[in-house]
Amino acid sequence: MAYSEKVVDHYQNPRNVGSFGASSDVKTRTDIGVGIVGAPECGDVMQLQLKVTAEGVIEDAKFKCFGCGSAIASSSLATEWIKGRTVDEALQIKNTQIVEELALPPVKIHCSVLAEDSIRAAIEDWKKKNGIAVAEEAHAH
Amino acid sequence: MSVKTPIYLDNAATTRCDPRVVEAMLPYFSEKFGNSGSRNHRFGWDAEDGIETAREQAARLIGADAKEVIFTSGATESNNLAVKGAAEIYAKAPAGQQGRGHIITCTIEHKAVLDPCKRLQREGFDVTFLDPPADGVITAEMVRAAMRPDTILVSIMWANNEIGTINEVPEIGRLCHEKGAIFHTDGTQWVGKMPTDVERDCIDLLSWSGHKMYGPKGVGALYVRRRKPRVRLAAFIDGGGQERGMRSGTQNVTGIIGFGKACELCLAEMEHDRERLLKLRRRLEDGLSGRMEVVQVNGHRDRRLPHIANISFGFVEGESLMMGIKDIACSSGSACTSASLEPSYVLKGLGVGDELAHSSLRLSFGRWTTEEEIDFAVEAITKAVEHLRKLSPLYDLYKEGVDLSTIEWQHH
Ligand SMILES: Cc1ncc(COP(=O)(O)O)c(C=O)c1O
Ligand code: FES
Repeated sequence: MAYSEKVVDHYQNPRNVGSFGASSDVKTRTDIGVGIVGAPECGDVMQLQLKVTAEGVIEDAKFKCFGCGSAIASSSLATEWIKGRTVDEALQIKNTQIVEELALPPVKIHCSVLAEDSIRAAIEDWKKKNGIAVAEEAHAH
Repeated sequence: MSVKTPIYLDNAATTRCDPRVVEAMLPYFSEKFGNSGSRNHRFGWDAEDGIETAREQAARLIGADAKEVIFTSGATESNNLAVKGAAEIYAKAPAGQQGRGHIITCTIEHKAVLDPCKRLQREGFDVTFLDPPADGVITAEMVRAAMRPDTILVSIMWANNEIGTINEVPEIGRLCHEKGAIFHTDGTQWVGKMPTDVERDCIDLLSWSGHKMYGPKGVGALYVRRRKPRVRLAAFIDGGGQERGMRSGTQNVTGIIGFGKACELCLAEMEHDRERLLKLRRRLEDGLSGRMEVVQVNGHRDRRLPHIANISFGFVEGESLMMGIKDIACSSGSACTSASLEPSYVLKGLGVGDELAHSSLRLSFGRWTTEEEIDFAVEAITKAVEHLRKLSPLYDLYKEGVDLSTIEWQHH
């Protein structure tokens, strides 16, 4: 399968790789939301960490990804898109936008879903830590 | 050091046709273009002579008599003919009834054996699919434990195409002869690379393929034992009665000529090729294990083919790894590389941890693979794995000392 240029670029030069500390440390920090989705036995694990201000603006984002090239590109792109946005704005990002931007083929759509899910999971985590009710939003895959 | 890229390390998928094979084939496209079934003129005789020479070359490679070799379109057809053809003849009850007899195979066979066995199961045969142990080797003891008085057929591959492990073929064959069951083995990855003698190895039916041993694609053979016991098969391609009626249809003359030549070359060069391939495999495996941590060579340590290495690189996913080594043509057991998004059933069958199954590469060598290419591969793979481990949340957890199996993952 041929990859789009954008996927290759994110793969070779992933943006915002990393974390804000060991998993045990960030667990207790209220300015950081952590989302980990996927499972190693499925071949994909995405970890997204967000640094969020008290006003709910995403100051910084870091990712790590165990998955195919499209999954890596999707999560790298997601960090670019959410930086500087409010958490509510970030929740508007849909996997279909990622699919379009990266020109992902149909078999790789679930990799973009994973990126959307990781944004959700990280924001939920931040909200929970800060006592903000998490909207029960049904999202279909 | 300079190598020409991309480099080809996927010889278990297919091999380049040896130029000497191509040369042998050429006249049969042009001046010797006849149909071997034309019994009344020079053109037909030339084609027939060519085919009979090829049959002798093929028979010699496996220690058989030329009369025992049937040419087919490849190992898939040979496997189908052997398994379904023998089941039909040796069935204990007619079609449509249950209790037609017992067949033993294993879960890590190629699909070309597994799927025919599954079909036979639906058609009233009892089939035992043996699970391999962690080292991947199917032993005679495992087969013995599964044997029943009504076992009619055992089909166990000689060596596995994904991990290269070698099953206990002579021992299983001996057991089958002792118990009166027919023994078929898929020798696609073995024959031509390793010494083969159907007498010594107690084989009744043996499949192999041209394009895995420097011959052309679309041609293979099935050895069918003629004495002690005389094995009979039901044909499923009916027509002009070619290949002793077991495989009707005008023969693929050019393909068969190439197949025969490839067999002859493999026999002549086997010892030399084998030593060389084993050295290359060791160079690759030692090179990668020496450079990185959590590198696992899959399959039995020693009972493995010289030309296949299957290696898992912990914490990195196979498809993304292949993306990082664009200059190397190879295969992966990762789900992301397969159309079905399922990880390799062979690695799973071995109980290789799921994440390690996703992290695997199969690198396989051939007659033209060089040490420089191996060194290039070691370098490129090491670089790609290091790049991806920097991105891997699993590698972080490993570095923090977290046992990955204790984490509750959010499956979706
Ligand atoms: C073990 C084994 N059996 C059967 C086959 C099928 O061979 P062919 O391509 O000749 O049908 C292959 C090759 O993919 C193989 O590796
Ligand atoms: S993570 Fe498996 S296909 Fe993308």
